[in-house]
Amino acid sequence: MTTTTLHGGPSNVKARKATNILMLALCSMGAAVAIAALGLVLVYLVTNGIQSMSIGMLIHSANVMDPAQDGLKNAIVGTLILIGTASIIGLPIGILGGVYQVEASGKFASTVRFLTDVLNSIPSIVIGIFVYILVVVPVSKYANAHHLTNVSGYSAFAGGVALAILMIPTIMRTTEEILRLVPVALREGSLALGATRWRTMFSIVLPAAKSGIITGVMLALARIAGETAPLLFTAFGNNVFSTKLFQPIDSLPWSIFINATQPGVDSEAKAHAGALILILLIFSMSLITRYATRKSFMEDK
Amino acid sequence: MTTTAKVHTQTRSLSSAASSKTDTEAPLLNAMDISDLDFYYGKSHALHKIKMPIPKQRVTALIGPSGCGKSTFLRTLNRMNDHIDGAKVEGNVTLDGQDIYARGVDVVELRKRVGMVFQKPNPFPMSIYDNIAYGPRIHGVRNRKVLDELVERCLRGAALWDEVSGDLKRSAFSLSGGQQQRLCIARVLAVEPEVILMDEPCSALDPNSTFRIEQLIEDLASKYTIVIVTHNMQQAARVSHYTGFFLRGDLREYGQTSKIFTNPDDAETEAYVSGRFG
Repeated sequence: MTTTTLHGGPSNVKARKATNILMLALCSMGAAVAIAALGLVLVYLVTNGIQSMSIGMLIHSANVMDPAQDGLKNAIVGTLILIGTASIIGLPIGILGGVYQVEASGKFASTVRFLTDVLNSIPSIVIGIFVYILVVVPVSKYANAHHLTNVSGYSAFAGGVALAILMIPTIMRTTEEILRLVPVALREGSLALGATRWRTMFSIVLPAAKSGIITGVMLALARIAGETAPLLFTAFGNNVFSTKLFQPIDSLPWSIFINATQPGVDSEAKAHAGALILILLIFSMSLITRYATRKSFMEDK
Repeated sequence: MTTTAKVHTQTRSLSSAASSKTDTEAPLLNAMDISDLDFYYGKSHALHKIKMPIPKQRVTALIGPSGCGKSTFLRTLNRMNDHIDGAKVEGNVTLDGQDIYARGVDVVELRKRVGMVFQKPNPFPMSIYDNIAYGPRIHGVRNRKVLDELVERCLRGAALWDEVSGDLKRSAFSLSGGQQQRLCIARVLAVEPEVILMDEPCSALDPNSTFRIEQLIEDLASKYTIVIVTHNMQQAARVSHYTGFFLRGDLREYGQTSKIFTNPDDAETEAYVSGRFG
């Protein structure tokens, strides 16, 4: 049935409404599938993880001889040490690099920006090999030549360097984007008082962008916390509890990988527990971020 | 001078504090002098051979339609355009006889002497106290007692002290728009400038806040040289001693405010101030 419209043409209202509903349904389906994937992973992890969880997992280190004394303590502590080392190296470089990209203009700056994006898309296992050549081999040669028995090429330090290289482009990019969101008026207000550019950046612009940068940092940390590939040739793994910077160190992703590929119910349970702990670690990191940055000076109008 | 009287009765009704702005005594000195100033944004030629004095301890208003170059001109006076890519300045701008675009001029020092208040209040995301103390701190004042006194003096100077003295640790964003703008003026006073540039300081404010800022401008003119860009003709008439009319990058006419508003030489100036275009 064709009805006439105000301007006299044929009405296509019904067809337009149908398209509207169809598009809405497609979009909702897309969202639902994405959420469903997350939900399934979470349900699987939590149900299997809780069955395998025990206090022992948290207080014992790996023990292949006695399943009753077996646990993930060395992996948990190892992951924290790796994240910490990566942060100490990666945070200053990433944030300062982001500041540079905002402040500098010209060919060199845009080249740096392009290369940062390239770095961001390099597979993490390649970074691992790169750090193996850059850190693991030289350190190992040096230790052999000087008979340093307590220094190993595979080490927490090498793992930290690999993870830092992974997080630097992410942090640079988010820092840059957040800093660009700070109103020009604030920057000019400071410059007009006779502040230098670096003073303006560090006293006004960075503090104003603080919560956004922290969020970016936390996202980067959450990403590297679950990285396995770059640790294969760097941190290696360690069945003994270790906090030494220049010794191989265990980590949750590594431990999950090793245990999941071993035969036996105990190993499988350990992998499930490890996965749950890793998810909880990442989840609590984002919760803490939310809590810590929920109120900034910019927002309390 | 019947027309003068007419303008002033109009302005009095808006601002009782406004006195006749006719400057009978010749100004003692010029704080700044601009000659042959050309300005380019890339290829676009934004200002043409501007020549204009900025009389010391007087209020100079810059008026003109949007895009006429008055804000650009204002920003050349403390080199705020330096940060814009492709901006180029030619000509002379002097402050106390010194060329501010000369080689070796310290921009930081220049901006300490030529402060600026912006169109939208732009308090820093910190407390009221820290907003005022920011300028003195970057210029090396560390003594707590000195800072305390300075903060109070500047807040009083900007007619804000009575409203905020109870809690200086409060976020500057908790203030109203008008209070924020007075805070920004206080912040400029804290670095003890000689010249204060104001870029449409009242355009984001309500009439009441506008009135208070205008009063403040009059008070400040006894100690500071003020250059104000405004879209509001009545405001220019109320607060300024001298007025420059900009049109398409040219300074069409400059003179005492009373003359510009009542008996301008230039036909387009007359059309603009009488509200026939703009």
